[in-house]
Amino acid sequence: MTQAPVPREKTGARVSARNVIVTYAEADRRAVDDVSLEVTGGELIVLLGPSGCGKSTFLRTINRLVVPDSGTIEVDGSNVAGQTPEALRRGIGYVIQAVGLFPHMTVGRNISIVPELLGWERARIAARVDQLLALVQLDPARYRERLPRELSGGEQQRVGVARAVAAEPRVLLMDEPFGAVDAIVRTALQDETLRIHRALGTTIFFVTHDVDEALRMADRIVVMSAGKIVQADSPLHILARPATPYVEQLMDTKDAVRRLQLMLVSDAMVPSGAQAPDGTIESTRTLREALSFFLEGKQRLAVTRDGATLGSLSFDDVRHAVAALDGVPR
Amino acid sequence: MLHHPEELGWRLLQHLGLTAIAIVIAFAIALPLGVLAARNARVRGPLLGVLGVIYTLPSLAVFALLIPLFGLGLVTTEIALVAYAQMILVRNITVGLQSVPAAMRDAALGLGMTSWQSFWNVELPQALPVVLGGVRLATVATISIATLAGKIDAGGLGPLLFAGLDNDDPNRIFAGSAAAAALAISADLLLRAFERGAARRAQ
Repeated sequence: MTQAPVPREKTGARVSARNVIVTYAEADRRAVDDVSLEVTGGELIVLLGPSGCGKSTFLRTINRLVVPDSGTIEVDGSNVAGQTPEALRRGIGYVIQAVGLFPHMTVGRNISIVPELLGWERARIAARVDQLLALVQLDPARYRERLPRELSGGEQQRVGVARAVAAEPRVLLMDEPFGAVDAIVRTALQDETLRIHRALGTTIFFVTHDVDEALRMADRIVVMSAGKIVQADSPLHILARPATPYVEQLMDTKDAVRRLQLMLVSDAMVPSGAQAPDGTIESTRTLREALSFFLEGKQRLAVTRDGATLGSLSFDDVRHAVAALDGVPR
Repeated sequence: MLHHPEELGWRLLQHLGLTAIAIVIAFAIALPLGVLAARNARVRGPLLGVLGVIYTLPSLAVFALLIPLFGLGLVTTEIALVAYAQMILVRNITVGLQSVPAAMRDAALGLGMTSWQSFWNVELPQALPVVLGGVRLATVATISIATLAGKIDAGGLGPLLFAGLDNDDPNRIFAGSAAAAALAISADLLLRAFERGAARRAQ
């Protein structure tokens, strides 16, 4: 798979939330209840939980669409409460579920919004629009002058992502961004987001209630319930060591296939060369993909990387790796 | 047909002027009221209720009530016309703004627009077809009510009509009513065209 090289622009911002509390006057309970979280630059954080758990509200405190009753949020060490909301938000990308493209503006105008608010010159904005459309794999010449309603749901969401990263934000907030598109398009958009994340190095906060989406996207999953963080850890660690019965149930941590999906062939292979392999697999594939080979009747796979043989993998190796997971060091 | 055909021309222009002044002032008042009503449910009910009551008052009675306060002439006429237009304008501005999904404002503010920028660049353009529909209805109604201004020395096409009625002169009655009708129909067609243009852009 060849992709146009995307210039690495900036690395993402550190975000630090300390004892954030949000109370909704009408609800008489805390929507966000004493949440603290340290996020290093460039991390992809997934906020996971059922609706009403406070994940969206917490997300919206980062760009001050929601103002906490108490607690502080710092982006790269500067308190968000000390900046005007508009200036803060122009430096933080924002993608929402309903897409939120403005229907009376062309795709190009939609993407131009933040650069225009920041007072960029015309020529620079036009060049940036084309660059961004290419980044989300939409042909600039074909899409620039179209109206959002002439695009499919998936294409609209790509434009939404392009608009959010237009002014090179160091933090990107995504609030259930792919909730309204079908499963196949969603997978493509997830891949796209991961690719952009790798290319730009932006710190991303991604809200979802979809466990598979969380496992697929996250560097770190933050599981929330009733306004509190229940557990914050890497996908594999959460599956291996759910902190509470709630997490265990939510994530269905006993599901072995789910675990295999998060582990790579290189995590389970035996380094010595294979004796009489009856198949080959790339070391960067997941163990779930390897499992398919064994279910087809293969006994021993040669593990390769760029043509070179690195080792071998048998069904027993996979079983050992999964068993070892329950003893994963923390 | 008329003793002074040029009279029809300047009366028509005067009538147009009465209407235009009323609509401009009425819109300037209705816009903030409509925004307030769209954003605040507690204001919405009472405000539309009061405007509804004003709207149902017979127009001749309103003129009669205002004359002791403001005398005969332009001021009284414009106050009455502005008051009548409020109901239609405020209701349509409110409904138009309410029909814009909350996600639009959320996205606009989230991208770093000020509340004002969100209103002018995002919310109002999307509400515009319904708002212009209100302007059209209010304009047509105002053209019709403004003929009554002839009764209180504010000019327009009204005096032509009333003089025709008083003197039993079918020519003047016909000229006055045909001109008023033509004005109303032209205004309706013109504003409909704007409305369609806005609707094409807005959705």
